[in-house]
Amino acid sequence: MEVVVQVVFGLIALFILVAAAMVVSVRNVIHSALWLIACFFGVGALYLLLQAEFLAVVQVLVYVGAVSVLILFAIMLTRQISGEGVRQLTSRWPVVLVVTVLLFATVMAPTLINQQWNVPPAPPLGTPEPIAGPAELGRGFVNEFLIQFQVVGVLLTVALIGAIVIAFEERARRRRVLTLAEELELKRLRERATQTETPEPVEAEPVARETRPASEG
Amino acid sequence: MLNAVPLPAVLTLAAALFCIGLFGALSRRNLIGVLMGVELMLNAVNINLVAFWRYFEPRYITGQTFAIFIIAVAAAEAAVGLAMVIAVYRHYVTVNADEVDQLRG
Repeated sequence: MEVVVQVVFGLIALFILVAAAMVVSVRNVIHSALWLIACFFGVGALYLLLQAEFLAVVQVLVYVGAVSVLILFAIMLTRQISGEGVRQLTSRWPVVLVVTVLLFATVMAPTLINQQWNVPPAPPLGTPEPIAGPAELGRGFVNEFLIQFQVVGVLLTVALIGAIVIAFEERARRRRVLTLAEELELKRLRERATQTETPEPVEAEPVARETRPASEG
Repeated sequence: MLNAVPLPAVLTLAAALFCIGLFGALSRRNLIGVLMGVELMLNAVNINLVAFWRYFEPRYITGQTFAIFIIAVAAAEAAVGLAMVIAVYRHYVTVNADEVDQLRG
């Protein structure tokens, strides 16, 4: 039984770490977001293994359901015309890699492993262990954590309004978003321009900057 | 779970996830990539909280409550952050963090 749990934990840990490494290293941003979803699923599975079932459900609902869709939409709204093939990491990434690896290998891992944690002994197998479940959690949200619960609700409302205000743009100044067909056409035009080696690049900007007719508002 | 996997194993996994997220947040050029790194770091913190809850005081709800609050704040952060990315993209027509440098002296 213990071996099974260990193997499952090892598989989940491997999955999480591989997915996270792909998130930060893949070139295509959309692939990166999809790996992020995989990583969120792995973390949810780890919550299940830690017997926090409600939290696992919340993880899938909020992260996999909401945040990742938000990220995918943001990527689709802001994708540059020549987004692929562009360098995704800054030129200082080796320094960052060294710093983070050193942080993990010399500070975090030795501290965590050498620390005496004084974990209370687990009850012997067979005896049911008192674990707070969703019922206790719900009771806590209407009793001792009531104010915090309300504050988080207000925070979410404010964040929603703030997001709308920040992303709002007056209709007259709105820029047209290119469709996929227009983008492909633009790419083809650029390739043709580079093949024939014409000195002036193809005028692509007017399509992107074209404003909507005022009558539409 | 308690007998099979020691607490430091879970914490080390969370630390590794945190470091990967930190690397992503510091080295990605794309602003959305930076936000994805921040999400990874928040997930690592949540793993820590749930692990401490499970190993030390599973009969109380404090650890899980804290994790749920962090998830809510992370959702708010993602909404506002991505709205800002869209606003930046509208203004500069780029999501490259290095090209948004109007405040540079």
